[in-house]
Amino acid sequence: MDMLKRVPISEQDPKERAKNFEEVCLGYTEDEAVAEASRCLNCKNPRCVSGCPVSINIPAFIQEVKNRDFEKAYEIISLSSALPAVCGRVCPQETQCEGVCVRGVKGEPVAIGKLERFVADFAMKNGIEPKVSAEKKGHKVAVIGAGPAGLTCAGDLARNGYDVTIFEALHKAGGVLVYGIPEFRLPKERVVAVEVENVKKLGVKIETDVVVGRSVTIDDLMEKKGFEAVFIGSGAGLPRFMGIPGEQANGVFSANEYLTRSNLMKAYADKDTPIKPGKKVVVVGGGNVAMDSARTALRLGADVTVVYRRSMKELPARVEEVHHAKEEGVKFDLLTNPVEILTGEDGSVCGIRVIRMELGEPDASGRRSPVEIKGSEFEMECDTVIMALGTSPNPLISRTTNGLETNKRGCIVAEEEFGKTSKDGVFAGGDAVTGAATVILAMGAGKAAAKGIMDYFEK
Amino acid sequence: MFEIVKKKVLADRIVLMDVKAKNVTERCLPGQFIIARTGEDGERIPLTICDYDREKEEITIVIQTIGASTEKMALLNEGDCFTDIVGPLGNPSEICLLENLEETKKKNIVFVAGGLGIAPVYCQVKWLHEHGVDCSVIMGSRTKDLLFFIEEMESVSGHVYVTTDDGTYGFHGMGTDQLKALYDEGIRFDHCVAIGPTIMMKFVCKLTKELSIHTVVSMNMIMVDGTGMCGACRLLVGDEVKFACVDGPEFDGHLVDFDLAMKRVALYKTEEGRKKLEFEEGETHKGGCKNC
Ligand SMILES: Cc1cc2nc3c(=O)[nH]c(=O)nc-3n(C[C@H](O)[C@H](O)[C@H](O)COP(=O)(O)OP(=O)(O)OC[C@H]3O[C@@H](n4cnc5c(N)ncnc54)[C@H](O)[C@@H]3O)c2cc1C
Ligand code: SF4
Ligand code: FES
Repeated sequence: MDMLKRVPISEQDPKERAKNFEEVCLGYTEDEAVAEASRCLNCKNPRCVSGCPVSINIPAFIQEVKNRDFEKAYEIISLSSALPAVCGRVCPQETQCEGVCVRGVKGEPVAIGKLERFVADFAMKNGIEPKVSAEKKGHKVAVIGAGPAGLTCAGDLARNGYDVTIFEALHKAGGVLVYGIPEFRLPKERVVAVEVENVKKLGVKIETDVVVGRSVTIDDLMEKKGFEAVFIGSGAGLPRFMGIPGEQANGVFSANEYLTRSNLMKAYADKDTPIKPGKKVVVVGGGNVAMDSARTALRLGADVTVVYRRSMKELPARVEEVHHAKEEGVKFDLLTNPVEILTGEDGSVCGIRVIRMELGEPDASGRRSPVEIKGSEFEMECDTVIMALGTSPNPLISRTTNGLETNKRGCIVAEEEFGKTSKDGVFAGGDAVTGAATVILAMGAGKAAAKGIMDYFEK
Repeated sequence: MFEIVKKKVLADRIVLMDVKAKNVTERCLPGQFIIARTGEDGERIPLTICDYDREKEEITIVIQTIGASTEKMALLNEGDCFTDIVGPLGNPSEICLLENLEETKKKNIVFVAGGLGIAPVYCQVKWLHEHGVDCSVIMGSRTKDLLFFIEEMESVSGHVYVTTDDGTYGFHGMGTDQLKALYDEGIRFDHCVAIGPTIMMKFVCKLTKELSIHTVVSMNMIMVDGTGMCGACRLLVGDEVKFACVDGPEFDGHLVDFDLAMKRVALYKTEEGRKKLEFEEGETHKGGCKNC
């Protein structure tokens, strides 16, 4: 075995998977996982741990994998993460734990994410559950939003004996994990639902169909319903549009709408909710959301082009996702920006007018911002345009809560260390505070706030 | 949890249901809506709140069967449950807010309700009646068999004008014709609320603009989440993009781009039609009709 190289992992063939919604990556077998684990040097000062937003004891769990004690490995991960099967699949490990792994200096870093996934899947398959503990503390805490931030915060509090209720606006718990990230990257029943169940097994109650700010307000929760502290993990769900002509035409969708129809409402499996998959689809944007939209449209039978205003190097999506998208046949038109959406007589999209861009001088942040090349406009034919331009927090909660400060981007202002907001007893974290970010950062914030809430009660 | 305690057929393809929904009744007000679902993978269907009873924790909804999902809902019976009901969503009607009551009392208000729009209008008229505001109501439908709530409406308003397009009941003509007739009689309104099919609201607005009556309409856009997350419900109001679910559903009717709204509402017509046929006829309906 070449210790500089990773144990390869099997994936569904690109041609095959471009037509189905089954998971792309098939995961390690036991022997493969053990072999990969043996590459870990069990460093004294493990850099990987400092690269992990929730500080999983990575070398410790990897040693247990090497010893084939997978249950023990799961226990170690569970101490720090409530959603390992999710994180193992969607975290940007290449810029976190794996990005700093010592093995990566000369060769390929240890496949920490894939090992985490293996351990979590093993636990699921064998019915191993996280341990419930602790005497009851008798304090009631409300958590708003059942995304990664809310689930993590609730799980940590429940593990420590607090009485926690999550209020979720949608009919299903999971946040972006159920409505945004597609099945082929993150199986909903087999993975997300099981991890949500595990959080419930810690004693957390989840009330779906409750829109905080409409069904009930935070002030009511605290003044009338006996909740002594509140954690806001309501995410960043408000989609952005470009503000160009033609954007209201039929056939222009926000990525959130397209993905929600396909994922949460299971339109891909031809359930009750309709979807217009499109024959020729243009996806605007370059993040994970754009890749997910493009690969979903592809699987629904469309010919798909991603249009992004910067170059390949600046593409913010995870490397693995871009690589997968290309393999599957998604086309990329880079350094290109839409200026108008063209519509036919019936008001439906029939094309998109775009302009070529070039990268200018680096700005204050060091990023080279794209500038239009005069006279380079051209038209592309399409019947569907998906806007994946990012999202910002929904103003509903901040508008209906007295004394809750937000910044000019609409994000809730919260201290990074423990998630404390401007309102006494109210904490916040995840995308609602940072704007659209990542699953693991949201989980890290949920964890920090759980600690903040426990400290709050101790005082 | 969301149990149907009462079901009544109001007219052809229109049913009324009282449903337990304690998450909704604590704070709901006239003008708001809910989203309902039936079945594990059921579609999220927005429905206006037509009445509510905070003590019994019940809301009243009226469903018109237009697609497979609404058909499924209409088949539910007393004792059955909806899988999900979430709400209240959207903003309450401005004239039904306590803080605006003094202002509202100064206004001479007319409601124009068409078809299914009769139900949400009843909710507002009732609230106003209970708060000492009397207003006029023009309520109409295509034909007599589609009318409902006449008695209920008369119990909360002293000036109810019923119309049918075909003259089978009441005033022969459309709501706009009746409104014009009242104007010609010398009755002056300064606030109009129009709720009904988009095309009807468009024509009411055209008339009230000529007559200089401030007009509010309730927009029935396509929705998915109803919380501002997807943008499916967007429309243009005075050249600004608005999301009906969070910015509305009520808007200044003289600023709404109705033609665009009508096109957007028609977006899934073929898909819905196909699903409805499939639901009615079973799996046999697949392919062949060029819509599938
Ligand atoms: C398509 C897509 C792909 C992505 N891919 C990746 C990836 O590969 N890797 C990665 O790390 N990150 C990815 N992200 C980002 C990541 O999913 C988010 O950063 C993360 O989910 C944020 O977690 P959260 O708990 O803060 O918010 P969310 O996951 O957004 O959860 C918030 C929850 O709160 C609920 N809510 C909102 N308002 C209310 C209210 N008023 N009352 C009650 N409930 C409310 C929402 O319905 C939702 O369920 C992706 C995002 C998208 C959209
Ligand atoms: S840095 Fe890499 S080699 Fe070192 S402990 Fe972490 S995973 Fe193992
Ligand atoms: S229904 Fe999704 S934003 Fe309004």
